[in-house]
Amino acid sequence: MKNARMNRRTLMQAMLGVIAGALVPLGAAQAAEKIKVGLMLPYTGTYAALGTAITNGFKQYVQEQGGKLGGYEVEYSVVDDESDPSKATENASKLVKRDNVDVLVGTVHSGVALAMAKVARDTKTLLIIPNAGADELTGPLCAPNVFRSSFSAWQPAYAMGKIVAERGHKNVVTVTWKYSFGEQSVAGFKEAFEKAGGKVAKELYLPFPNVEFQPFLTEIASLKPDAVFVFFAGGGAVKFVKDYDAAGLKKSIPLYGSGFLTDGTIDAMGGSGEGLLTTLHYADNLTNPKDQAFRKAYAMNYKIQPDVYAVQGYDAAQMLKTGLDSLKGGKFDKDAVIKAMETAKIDSPRGAFTLSKAHNPVQDIYLRKVEGRDNKLVGVAEKALADPARGCRM
Amino acid sequence: MDFVSFLIQVLNSLQYGLLLFLVASGLTLVFGIMGIINLAHGSFYMVGAYLAFALTSLTGNLMLAIALGLPLAFVFGAILEWALFSHLYKRDHLEQVLLTYGLILIFEELRSLAVGDDVHGVTIPELFSASIPLSDNLSYPLYRLVISVVCLALAGGLYWLIQKTRLGMMIRAGSHDRDMVKALGIDINLLYRTVFALGVALAALAGMLAAPISSVYPGMGSSVLIISFVIVVIGGVGSVWGALVAALVIGFADTFGKVLLPDLAGLMVYLVMAVVLLWRPEGIFKKA
Repeated sequence: MKNARMNRRTLMQAMLGVIAGALVPLGAAQAAEKIKVGLMLPYTGTYAALGTAITNGFKQYVQEQGGKLGGYEVEYSVVDDESDPSKATENASKLVKRDNVDVLVGTVHSGVALAMAKVARDTKTLLIIPNAGADELTGPLCAPNVFRSSFSAWQPAYAMGKIVAERGHKNVVTVTWKYSFGEQSVAGFKEAFEKAGGKVAKELYLPFPNVEFQPFLTEIASLKPDAVFVFFAGGGAVKFVKDYDAAGLKKSIPLYGSGFLTDGTIDAMGGSGEGLLTTLHYADNLTNPKDQAFRKAYAMNYKIQPDVYAVQGYDAAQMLKTGLDSLKGGKFDKDAVIKAMETAKIDSPRGAFTLSKAHNPVQDIYLRKVEGRDNKLVGVAEKALADPARGCRM
Repeated sequence: MDFVSFLIQVLNSLQYGLLLFLVASGLTLVFGIMGIINLAHGSFYMVGAYLAFALTSLTGNLMLAIALGLPLAFVFGAILEWALFSHLYKRDHLEQVLLTYGLILIFEELRSLAVGDDVHGVTIPELFSASIPLSDNLSYPLYRLVISVVCLALAGGLYWLIQKTRLGMMIRAGSHDRDMVKALGIDINLLYRTVFALGVALAALAGMLAAPISSVYPGMGSSVLIISFVIVVIGGVGSVWGALVAALVIGFADTFGKVLLPDLAGLMVYLVMAVVLLWRPEGIFKKA
């Protein structure tokens, strides 16, 4: 009996060997025409809408290119990262090692993106970050194979620092969550604002994701600054703006913010957001034809209006396409792709941008004003603003 | 901090504490008195908030939405108890944890399918949309004060129900010895179904009342879950007054923590919890 089983197993192994052998040349032949993209984005939880918008944007560009990028058919491996940093390393490793993806695209949450960047560095996999704004990603942790299609936390906040100073405010209080994105936003704002002669009187922080703002509103009322600068996003942004308005502060102390304050949140604010000024690398009524075409196609495809996240996903695909174009249909060569991406000029719906040495977009930051349901363009706050990429040695 | 600011911060603390009590009140019933480890409490809160959003868009008025939503939540709770929770009373706590954790995932996914992942706002009813000026540049939204009054009334009502009525007596007896209560000829199944449904309705009410000030967003349930357990445990499992006192203590700790010790603000609530539990391991008000 024992022998018989052994025999059967040996036979099975031999057969599997034959099958595998037959598959190998087939796989190699296909590799030249296919590019494997690992989408690691949040599809559940607080950032689910952002993950979906980025995916939609990415796929829309691929669709516009006839379902191919630079002549390569795109094969997706999709992972829901749940915006959970504790699962990030495992998820990213799975895509790289099990699914053998050629390029990783992700993600929204900075903590998750930092873990992804580490996996990308260790395995030398190409990574395109379509949102996460942590300064480190294109700062101290920058790497030849890590690119970003979005922004650094520093960029919109720095632009706002200059605007607030220009508007004659001397004395400002900042409020944000005590986590790295919030702290980096405040640091960027403070840098520009104090360079222009203003002074940040007090930096208020509350633990993430606490949204009980009342104690701070009381403190702001008693400090009586000229203006308030905040970084909040999502539900926290809605609540802060509503509370600020309900406390009667909006009338006497103008509120400014990094653009995320009013992106995807205006409806929920129910009028409390009206008139708010924010800075971001995108606005609702840009006049360039690229944006108009993009918005029209996106609305037709997905039955909703695109947002800045969809643009970032779209541009991630554009960046990859530029890289792949350089291969002219040959075998996937990461170094060649990186080289082509570094010098690319991306014709983005937000306006064309190039990439800095640390691979972060060098882009215009717009000043926007909330009017009705839109972040209406007021003007360009900073032309071609490059992140200083402090700590990047590359 | 000048004296006026101090007084306003005290008001903030009281108001936040009462809001926390409201949020935790459903858990006081379900976990405190019935003894079910209900991790889905936050989901019931979320269901309430989304009900408020949906029904307010439908009827145009939050008060009407609450009047419609409360019975819905109660029936929803009764069905859940009948279908799932009634099978768990005699089982291990671990199985309750598993079930209720599973429910969190299911509710979150259903919410995503049904209403999507956007952030929504709910308008404050016209009647309460005014603000009361407190200092030269700061005013206080009337709606927050209204919520505080509702919370106080609720605390009184719950206390009366549990401690002073015949129903309350049966509930308390049932939590000590189910079989004995059954032997006395009381329909324990119906009793528990009612209490559980009431707990769900309270959690939903909290979500509905809080919706205009907290806004309505994915994952909002998880933000209230832990703080609710903290309050029930600090207060003394099963005590309505305990939960109220604990909620106020947390309200003060959080508010003044943020103002006076901003670096420790995130820790403050848990420091208070640790100190209280060292001092009184069974909570401020021990269960009688």
